[in-house]
Amino acid sequence: MGRMTQVQAQPESDAGAAVEGGLAVSVRDLTVSFSAPGGRLTALSGCSLDVAAGSFTVIIGPNGCGKSTLLRAMAGLLTADSGSVVIGPEQTPPRAGDRRVGIAFQQPRLLPWLSTLDNVALPLALDGQRPAERAERAMAVVAQVGLADAAELRPAELSGGMAQRAGLARALVGDPPVLLLDEPFSALDALTREAFDSELQRLWLSRPRTVILVTHAVSEAVRLADRVAVMTARPGSVAQLVPVDLPRPRPVGVEAAELEGAVRAVLASVHPPELTPWTAPT
Amino acid sequence: MKRALAAIGSLAAFLVAWKLLTVVTGTPDYILPPPEVVGDRALRAIGSGVLWEHLWATLTEVVPGFALGATSAVAVGVALGKSVVIERVLSPYIVAAQAVPVLALAPLLDIWFGGGLMARVLVVALIVFFPIAIATMVGIRSADPRLREMLRSLGATPSQLTTRLEIPSALPVIFGGLRVGVTLSVIGAVVSEWVSASTGLGVLINIANQGLFDTPLMFVALAVLAVMGLAFYGLVVQVERRLIHPA
Repeated sequence: MGRMTQVQAQPESDAGAAVEGGLAVSVRDLTVSFSAPGGRLTALSGCSLDVAAGSFTVIIGPNGCGKSTLLRAMAGLLTADSGSVVIGPEQTPPRAGDRRVGIAFQQPRLLPWLSTLDNVALPLALDGQRPAERAERAMAVVAQVGLADAAELRPAELSGGMAQRAGLARALVGDPPVLLLDEPFSALDALTREAFDSELQRLWLSRPRTVILVTHAVSEAVRLADRVAVMTARPGSVAQLVPVDLPRPRPVGVEAAELEGAVRAVLASVHPPELTPWTAPT
Repeated sequence: MKRALAAIGSLAAFLVAWKLLTVVTGTPDYILPPPEVVGDRALRAIGSGVLWEHLWATLTEVVPGFALGATSAVAVGVALGKSVVIERVLSPYIVAAQAVPVLALAPLLDIWFGGGLMARVLVVALIVFFPIAIATMVGIRSADPRLREMLRSLGATPSQLTTRLEIPSALPVIFGGLRVGVTLSVIGAVVSEWVSASTGLGVLINIANQGLFDTPLMFVALAVLAVMGLAFYGLVVQVERRLIHPA
């Protein structure tokens, strides 16, 4: 398909790449810090990443390296100290509630007093869509993630996996060009998780859009990604981009030799002898 | 069924203990009348229409007073919960008003509002206000920050955040305040009647006590107040059950 690695992050060459229009997300020299007990904590420092429209990028790195912070910056949920994030062909910064972006969190974050259907329809309700209209659209997405039979159940009646599907459906309901996933399956057991990965792949293949997924599971990264962005330890930045040039749909549960090799390549880059601020992938 | 039996059983045990106390101690009726004397007095008070008249008067204070106090308390509580500035500015006055006994404020309200029903309704509203406002404020602030971020990521406006997240998640706490408030409303009504009223269960207690030495009638009035408090409390609990789904 050849869509994986056409656009590589090149912090040195400024925003020149943005002109091509093939970028869904462009992060430039982003630095983000939080006030913490005993001073400020720098989560991201000089982080840069370009994501091609329609690609599947996985961000991977050790705990606390700022992966989730990077994702929140892409969703317009936090203010950066310096640097920039721009999204879409417009190349404008995202705002909180930007309809160009859908985000699913590590926990499903459903409103406990709403049914699955109403939770999924929430973004449409906030936009002021009519109940009949939004129910129709929400039901279609609910069915897409396999929750048609659970549409009327409340979050407390859903299993962990079902709740995560509902969270994913809510992120998809507005059909955003960019889908941000913050370790959405990390609380699930390994088998459920593999099933989810393949479903996510199927969803993505049926309706390609830009997906950026944060994880700390290397096998998951390789199973899903066109390209893996490996982050350094805190303060985080993208250390290396590893293209995963494997045919799709990729097998699940079968550890193909190709996959294994790719996993090893990523692993090696997670723990290099010395993390340098951006090394061109070979 | 089981619960009804338990309630009837405990009421029967209470009446038996009461009767035994009067028999064993030999207390005269004007100090502690036995249950059957109180029951007989209640039937006569109902028959003559006296009880209805006073009960109705108290209800006209409790119901509007509670409604007024509760709605304004929820509104103010939401404002207090959403804005630290508003809390800083308003809370000293709210706390001070609560710290002054209602019994001491009631005569003032009576002067201001001309000794009518309005003054008594305001006393009830005032006494129920504090617990409900504070419960609402605490409830609004207790909304899960992760759900807040989720709604923010969907572009919810501040008012959408309040209606979609903060109020629904505050409901259990608000209802805690309403339960306290509704029992206080009965107290507020009696206090306001003592200051100025010609009818009401509080007035009936005064008449029975000071004018007639009719202790059984006092007990009747007290029992009706207790039942009224229980009934309103039960009503609040019922509304709470309808509104709040088990999580």
